[in-house]
Amino acid sequence: MMAFDLLLAAAIIWSAVRALTLRDAAHAVVLFIVFGLLMTLAWVRLDAPDIALAEAAIGAGLTGALLLDALGAFRRMPPAAGTGGWTRAIILAASGMLLFAFIHALLAMPYGERVVLPEWVAAQVSQSGVTHPVTAVLLNFRGYDTLLEVGVLLVALIALLAVAGSGNASRKTAVNPMLRAFASAAAPLGILAAGYLLWAGAHRPGGAFQAGAMVAAAAVLLHLSGRLPAWVAPGRLLRAGLAGGLLFFLAAGLFMTDAGAYLTYPPPSAGSWILAIETGLTISLGLALAGLFLVLAGQGRAQ
Amino acid sequence: MTMLEWTSAALLVAGGAFFLAGTLGLLRFPDVYSRLHALTKADNLGLGFILAGLALQADSVAAALKFVLIWPLVLAASAAVSHAIARRARQNGIRPIQRP
Repeated sequence: MMAFDLLLAAAIIWSAVRALTLRDAAHAVVLFIVFGLLMTLAWVRLDAPDIALAEAAIGAGLTGALLLDALGAFRRMPPAAGTGGWTRAIILAASGMLLFAFIHALLAMPYGERVVLPEWVAAQVSQSGVTHPVTAVLLNFRGYDTLLEVGVLLVALIALLAVAGSGNASRKTAVNPMLRAFASAAAPLGILAAGYLLWAGAHRPGGAFQAGAMVAAAAVLLHLSGRLPAWVAPGRLLRAGLAGGLLFFLAAGLFMTDAGAYLTYPPPSAGSWILAIETGLTISLGLALAGLFLVLAGQGRAQ
Repeated sequence: MTMLEWTSAALLVAGGAFFLAGTLGLLRFPDVYSRLHALTKADNLGLGFILAGLALQADSVAAALKFVLIWPLVLAASAAVSHAIARRARQNGIRPIQRP
């Protein structure tokens, strides 16, 4: 397998370099999707199927769909005036500071200590309420990391909604009948697969992020086949669904501060808490990821 | 090796051969339509062989059925996607290559 791994590593680096250096945006997008699929293989080879699932669904799938949609929008729209020098300087300064903060955090990590994470997790996993170690870390031992991640995604969507103009929600191009037929079969299967991934997360690779990505993929497919309109301004029900998972997570955390730490599940009912929180997160993450696509899809149409 | 393992290995090798043919077609065929033809026909048949080979090695019937379930899903997806690509190519005025 050594030769395969070396070939895979070389292909990953090659696709990354090509995706960044190609002048033609369409080719670069395709190479970015190839890069995501190769990364998925790399995670599988590293025995990390949870990350492989997330990379395939979000990294290659949804991001690829977003980039392809952006490509279509660029073709339709007349080229806008370039960003001003000051705006560029501010963006550059902000990214630079963020990069500095990341490097600082990385250097502050304790390198001297021997990391025995798998053993620590294996020793505690019977207390976590689930048997899959990755879910135990994500939802129990380091639950607040996941909480913050979900918050970040929601903030990203809110920022997108804030800058999005009022577009025309209807897709003008005629819908391919093959795509329409495929979407009506695949979208319910996607929802079914999301339920399976959510349930399976307790004892094998899966969980809220992967399940949410499946929900979002079903929504994107329904939009592309003309059955689901793009978002212009989300209504009350949609807002409740978007914020609900995070709010429930926060409330559950406040409810369980017994041992003096935030989000300490009582071991007998930890499994039920995790399932309830993950169910809420699946809905909210699914809607948020779908929203990133559906809000942008409503932009730049014939106005 | 048992009979089951021999059958599985033969199916996997046959699947690999079809994938090789499909990839060769993708690289060597002259236009988008014939390349799609190579991909959708040869690769999907190869996938069927490989899934059948893997299903024979699965630990449980449930796992074997999951392998088999992948095939119709990929067939449906590949039919829809290749049709969308070919349709778009035709709309953009790409003509199928004609042999003189």
